[in-house]
Amino acid sequence: MLSYDAYITRRAHWLDLRKKRRTSSGARAEAFAKQAAAVNRTFYEDRVRGFGQTVLRWSLTDQGLRERLALFWADHFTTVGKSAPQRSATSIYIDAAIRPNLSGRFADLLIAAVTHPMMLAYLDQQTSVGPGSVYAQRQSKLRGLNENLAREVMELHTLGVDGPYTQADVRQLAELFTGLGISKTGALQFNQRRAEPGSESVLGRSYGGDPARLEPVLQVLRDLAVHPATADHIARKLAVHFVSDTPDSGLVDHMAARFLATDGDLRAVYTAMLEHPAAWDDGPGNVKPPFDFVASACRALAVPQDRLQDAPVRQTNRLLVQPIGVMGQSWQRPSGPDGWSEEDTAWVTPQGLSARLRWAMAVPRRLLPELPDPRQFVTDALGATAPEPVRFAARAAETRAEAVGLILSAPAFQRR
Amino acid sequence: MIKTLSRRAFLARSAVLGCSAAASPFLTRVSYAAAPWDTRLVVIILRGGMDGLDVVQPYGAPGYGALRRDLAGGPTRGASDLDGFFALHPALAPLMPLWARGELGFVHAVSTPYRDKRSHFDGQDLLEAGTADLGMVRDGWLNRMLQLVPGVEAQTAFALGHGEMKVLAGQAPVADWSPEAELSMSPQAERLMEMVMQDDPLFHPALTEALMLSRGTSMAVVGDMAGGDDGEGMMQPPRAAAGKGMVPVAQFAAEQLRGDSRVVSFSINGWDTHRNQGRVLGGALGNLAETITTLKDGVGAEVWGKTAVVAMTEFGRTVHENGTGGTDHGTGGAMVLAGGALRGGQVHGRWPGLDEASLYDRRDLMPTGDVRAAAAWILRGVAGLDRAGLERSVFPGLDMGDDPRLLR
Repeated sequence: MLSYDAYITRRAHWLDLRKKRRTSSGARAEAFAKQAAAVNRTFYEDRVRGFGQTVLRWSLTDQGLRERLALFWADHFTTVGKSAPQRSATSIYIDAAIRPNLSGRFADLLIAAVTHPMMLAYLDQQTSVGPGSVYAQRQSKLRGLNENLAREVMELHTLGVDGPYTQADVRQLAELFTGLGISKTGALQFNQRRAEPGSESVLGRSYGGDPARLEPVLQVLRDLAVHPATADHIARKLAVHFVSDTPDSGLVDHMAARFLATDGDLRAVYTAMLEHPAAWDDGPGNVKPPFDFVASACRALAVPQDRLQDAPVRQTNRLLVQPIGVMGQSWQRPSGPDGWSEEDTAWVTPQGLSARLRWAMAVPRRLLPELPDPRQFVTDALGATAPEPVRFAARAAETRAEAVGLILSAPAFQRR
Repeated sequence: MIKTLSRRAFLARSAVLGCSAAASPFLTRVSYAAAPWDTRLVVIILRGGMDGLDVVQPYGAPGYGALRRDLAGGPTRGASDLDGFFALHPALAPLMPLWARGELGFVHAVSTPYRDKRSHFDGQDLLEAGTADLGMVRDGWLNRMLQLVPGVEAQTAFALGHGEMKVLAGQAPVADWSPEAELSMSPQAERLMEMVMQDDPLFHPALTEALMLSRGTSMAVVGDMAGGDDGEGMMQPPRAAAGKGMVPVAQFAAEQLRGDSRVVSFSINGWDTHRNQGRVLGGALGNLAETITTLKDGVGAEVWGKTAVVAMTEFGRTVHENGTGGTDHGTGGAMVLAGGALRGGQVHGRWPGLDEASLYDRRDLMPTGDVRAAAAWILRGVAGLDRAGLERSVFPGLDMGDDPRLLR
């Protein structure tokens, strides 16, 4: 995968070609357009390859929890690219901001995600300007606040929508965030000239002052990260994701208490979850979202590495990326900053299920040189305790493709 | 946290309680009786918070020009004049012939009862629940409407697309479907699939419904079922329906509405215009215009004459343009109405004014009407429901107020 810097360099090249195309004419303009389209194509290819690589990690890892946590937090801190280049960079953002912070302090994860240029661009922070700033006085294009990031940081990332904040807090946090921007080289940059002068009051505490600096922005994030409402919000969301759509309240309280006691030490919070008996209750597990379904199927089928990593982009798109979109989960393109649904009922719809079954029957034989023996595969995929109806179906299907499809379609496989 | 239950989840729950899901008339393959009423209703949820002030632009209002500088509208900026006071965003120009025929209208300065936190997600939940708050909501208002009408069948109402439509979730039967979703297996595979899923309260009803809808909808075939690299009859990987934007959904909806279906609901996303609103809103409105014209062409003149399309959003946006050529989350917004069943050619609602004292919280358009009241009056006309049922069951606690005469 590209580094973020390499991505920025390529993006600058693309922007430059587009500019040259606009400012020239005739054959020259056409040549630039062609070159820009070729670079644009590489962004698309990177996006599809990012998918293949993520599936590969799921296929090969011996730390499954880590891969699931990466997906969970990437979703909690959703960013969606608004252009082809940006869409190719979501995996890069996850590698840079999310994955290094999966099991440290929540504050570090929060700061890494919220101040990453991908997030600043997605939630419009980089163009938000203090109305009283030097910048706003001197030019007319950008002259005021944009509340988007400030609201979502409190509503989605930290306190939760029922948290103790008001519209005034959103406004004050938006003022405090002014100055957070992106440099010409694509890095986080604090731009003092754009920052609103004076201090801001968020949840009753005063932050910042003159001259404006980055530090108070980091401080408010550190404070929000350890707020009791944040502890509750994060504990519940983890429990819903990893245990059940309707988690035991004792489990959630136990995790929230550990969060508070450790100032948001995520490893300790995961431990609290896993040591609680309610995390091990019997009963149907959560339904795998489409990506998890497809990735875990690839793991069970032991799809060869070259089919995931080096396959033609068109083929990966047709066999893997497009299908999860039809299952209801367009790869890295949720419709809003709240990410994907945690509810099983969002995925097990007639149309979503139809796409899952079609995938299970049609795609494995296109990914493998030879399909496995269904009688063995039922145990490989579901273990020794595979339900008898699934074993029967594996024996009774008319074709190998249908048998493998039936095994992957079984609720025992589609649930965790 | 709000929790809406789909029809299938209700069935799942009754299965757990020991009632047989298989005994439900919904799960048997019955042919349809005549539809319970004749008017067609399409409810479109515009997710993200549509800026009503930029769609139906009050260019005649004092103060408008000062509030909207980059986003200035009105006829001098390419908008279509509606009535000398309001003008329609240029991206909706393809709908102006409908306006001229009285088949396109708006309700301005309306909102749900949602206030102050301005969250998309709670805002949408409340819009779809149709209640005064998010306390104990279990289903959506459009489903509760279906619960009041006798004769509702499995395909009377469709929730289309892949996003959840909580507005249609609940106990009354609703078909969840998407144009490209056809499922067709060999008879043996189908029997085995039923067997593999039979004990799962969530998967089994969804499978049954998918198989039933695959047989019951006529135009769902997508892709090269015959031909391709595997010859005839082999299962193909799932792929998106051919066609741009919302067109496949609108075509499918029209196909169903020409038949026995009476209610269709789906979402159009892309209204959260914090930045660069000129371009972003134009795209979303273009999508909406295309959806409405596709519906109109698809159902044909006769059915269009008895169709009501209602598009609603979770909230409006700030009256002031923000610092980045966009607008932030607000309160009062606008509804879009289209179809021959509706009384178009006018902007309904009570205009609150744009001077600071008239704004909500000194930042948002003051809502002077409740989107639920407008919806309730439309339901009253569409399905012949009485006021008591609407105020008690469909929108509990709502006062519908005087008849705004939204229907012809």
